[in-house]
Amino acid sequence: MRITELFDNGQFVVTAEVGPPKGIHAEHLVAEAKEYLSGITAVNVTDNQSSVMRMGSLPTCVALKNAGLTPILQLTCRDRNRIALQSELLGAAMLGIDNILCLTGDHTKMGDHPQAKPVFDLDSVSLLHTVCQLEQGVDLGGNPLVGEPPKFAKGAVVSPCSESVDAQLAKMERKVMAGAEYFQTQAVYEPEKFIQFMEKASQFGKPVQLGIVIPKSAGMAKFMNNNVAGIHIPQEMIDELAADKEKAKAGITGVEIAARVIKACKPYCQGLHIMALGWEAKVPELLKLAEL
Amino acid sequence: MLITELKAKETILSALGSKVFVINCHGCKEIRFPEQEANALQKELSAAGKITGILTTDYICNPENLKLQLDGYAAQIRESDTVLVFSCGVGVQTVAQLLQDKKVCAACDTYALPGYQGVTPLEHDCGQCGQCYLNLTGGICPITACSKSLVNGQCGGAKNGMCEVDPTMQCGWERIYQRLKQLGRLDVLKCPVQLRDYATDERVNKE
Repeated sequence: MRITELFDNGQFVVTAEVGPPKGIHAEHLVAEAKEYLSGITAVNVTDNQSSVMRMGSLPTCVALKNAGLTPILQLTCRDRNRIALQSELLGAAMLGIDNILCLTGDHTKMGDHPQAKPVFDLDSVSLLHTVCQLEQGVDLGGNPLVGEPPKFAKGAVVSPCSESVDAQLAKMERKVMAGAEYFQTQAVYEPEKFIQFMEKASQFGKPVQLGIVIPKSAGMAKFMNNNVAGIHIPQEMIDELAADKEKAKAGITGVEIAARVIKACKPYCQGLHIMALGWEAKVPELLKLAEL
Repeated sequence: MLITELKAKETILSALGSKVFVINCHGCKEIRFPEQEANALQKELSAAGKITGILTTDYICNPENLKLQLDGYAAQIRESDTVLVFSCGVGVQTVAQLLQDKKVCAACDTYALPGYQGVTPLEHDCGQCGQCYLNLTGGICPITACSKSLVNGQCGGAKNGMCEVDPTMQCGWERIYQRLKQLGRLDVLKCPVQLRDYATDERVNKE
């Protein structure tokens, strides 16, 4: 099932994201996803997130699909050239994976193999363009595909609270022009900034899913403020996390903060994307508190 | 060695306004300059009454020297709406840096050849990619100014305008965005999807 059909039906689409393990066993990931994420629409599977080598996104997507979940294949341009990316897309379609999220990807220097060659033959925009070509039955080299072409729900990302939000909007427009059909955002903690962003982004007519990272502690919040592009957690929230360490540790404070942000932003967006970063178990509670 | 080749005539003409100031760089002997083709095109533009002036010089990548020379042509440059530069990518970037309010266009693509690369200062760098993007980026090279050499806009990895890969380096695409904004040319960000052509290296080698 392509999630674009749900957006078209006016459904508020909730997705969450899981990261494959650095190893050959996906049983734990699948069991957790089944237990905590069955109630949501679809599950993103990251592609060597933060340039840290792990099991691939596509096989993990298949494992989730076999367990009855709807996976979204994240595809980055960091490790593969246009031949490998197109090949992966054809394979995904053969395996019944029809939701994708196209990203440029973090630089290799950010991860655990800084010596690796950064590829970036394509980027998020040209990857979306490539997917559209394949859907037309032609590859990027102009050669015809044999038989039925693939069809994907094509997603992309945008950073609504970036300090250069106008440049983000310009890039978002390029992604729309290249074929993006829905957007998931970087984590939002400032609803007013998100709402201002949505006032401008709504001109593109594409559904936008609010990105949420449950803040685990004041330390994590400060770390994200200093190191993660496009994320800013206001000082009041950091103070709130620091006020009751036990409560924050139990995840209660973070879930409360995230639920508040969701409630404030919900009228302005078409879905929610939760990046639980290992706190998948908190997702049902978050959805309950956010009244979803 | 480098080779500069004229871009397709239609590509150059479509980048120009109605009044053009031309800069030719006959600098490094390590660079092959397409003199005949450049002259032919400039004659054509001149016959059409489009040229406000021509500066033919060397080592335009030396900003101090270039600035003095440009000062001597201030009136002709002011009269023009586009400055068309026939040089390698470093030369075009140096002109764009000095004429920040002017639309500066590259007439040539720059290809790499093995051997000595000529004398250029370090401030600007040309990736010799054979598909000069400077006309789409306000004269700032996305190949060398962006850690990922992205050609379709910023990646979202910049923090406070600095590159996530090298925090001492400004995000190249942030610079490009600001320059295009300053030039009132943000519309070029709506250009078609750009794809690198890595076959160009081979093409040069076969010639």
